[in-house]
Amino acid sequence: MESRNTQLAVGLFVIIGILALLFLGLRAANTSAVTSGETYRLYAKFDNIGGLKERSPVKVGGVVVGRVSRITLSGEYYEPLVEMTISATYNKFPDTSSVSILTSGLLGEQYIGLNPGFIDETVEMLQDGDQIYDTKSALVLEDLIGQFLFSQGND
Amino acid sequence: MLDRIAALGRVTLDTVAGAGAALLMLLKALIGKPNVRKSWPLLMQQMYAVGVLSLIIIVVSGLFIGMVLGLQGYNILVDFGAEQSLGPMVALSLLRELGPVVTALLFAGRAGSSLTAEIGLMKATEQLSSLEMMGVDPLRRVIAPRFWAGFYSMPLLALVFSAVGIFGGYLVGVRWLGVDEGAFWSVMQANVEWGQDIVNGIIKSLVFAFVVTWIALHKGYSCTPTSVGISRATTSTVVTASLAVLGLDFVLTALMFG
Repeated sequence: MESRNTQLAVGLFVIIGILALLFLGLRAANTSAVTSGETYRLYAKFDNIGGLKERSPVKVGGVVVGRVSRITLSGEYYEPLVEMTISATYNKFPDTSSVSILTSGLLGEQYIGLNPGFIDETVEMLQDGDQIYDTKSALVLEDLIGQFLFSQGND
Repeated sequence: MLDRIAALGRVTLDTVAGAGAALLMLLKALIGKPNVRKSWPLLMQQMYAVGVLSLIIIVVSGLFIGMVLGLQGYNILVDFGAEQSLGPMVALSLLRELGPVVTALLFAGRAGSSLTAEIGLMKATEQLSSLEMMGVDPLRRVIAPRFWAGFYSMPLLALVFSAVGIFGGYLVGVRWLGVDEGAFWSVMQANVEWGQDIVNGIIKSLVFAFVVTWIALHKGYSCTPTSVGISRATTSTVVTASLAVLGLDFVLTALMFG
């Protein structure tokens, strides 16, 4: 009988452990299915990506629709090429859309803001592997200060 | 001068021999044909002694550490108007560091010392030799179930520790100090990654479980079979296991998050 009680206690212990794992997984961590499930890839070339990293979010109007999956240098001019993995739920972006690298808050992480463009008969929808040409690079503080000083000097 | 060099050589040889003996003990205990029908009740018994009975100290210390994190984190973050980051601060420090490490330290003190003392006393009272006389391999019968019990228990304990700690941080941060409840959980969810944080924390606690249980068992198995020897072995278990955990934690953190 004692052995049965022992087994019962150990069984409860294991259940408590698994419940803790479930609590951590569901309540504390983001398992939201943005990059799991069906996805497709878009590319964008920037002059400067600033502090963008792999796994940085891609947002439309503040809503996360995907993540940066790879950052490489491409072409003979070594321009940064960013590969974005977008959830297939959002697959109706026109090819007039633009992307810009933005910062969340004053000191926050950098992310990619995707602005859907206009739609008419000549505009096609972005497919897997397409590139977005209308891009705006990250703001680099040193460049801004440089421009500011330069414009001061002209006055 | 020559004596000094000889002493250094002796220490080195003893250390290497000890490490080899510990490895051999573990290999002999674990490698072999498993006999589920016989070893299952033994494992259950040890899981109870090592895991279930450690649950209370883990839950209580997890709750308090989470509450302290909530309080200290709030006091610092509120200066920057960033008290909504309390959730990820509590969750990340628990999942990445405090959960696995503090659990391993408590486990070394609570369960490791008792494993060493138990096996040391078995050795001192010739129980291990008697088992061998009866044709029972003491490594398979005594060491193996205790090792697996420790190895399975500690990750579960670490998960419970982290979960209870996050709850403690929630109690202090949200219920007492008035951080917004929605922000507490949603900012936490935005910053805690399943693979990066939770899985790495579990890997850490598996490594610690392996090391702490192994050290405890080997210290007991190789102790001098006298009362002084057992007391020394028990102390040495807690000291060595704690140092090993803290040192390994640095290495693992550098590998995982560096």
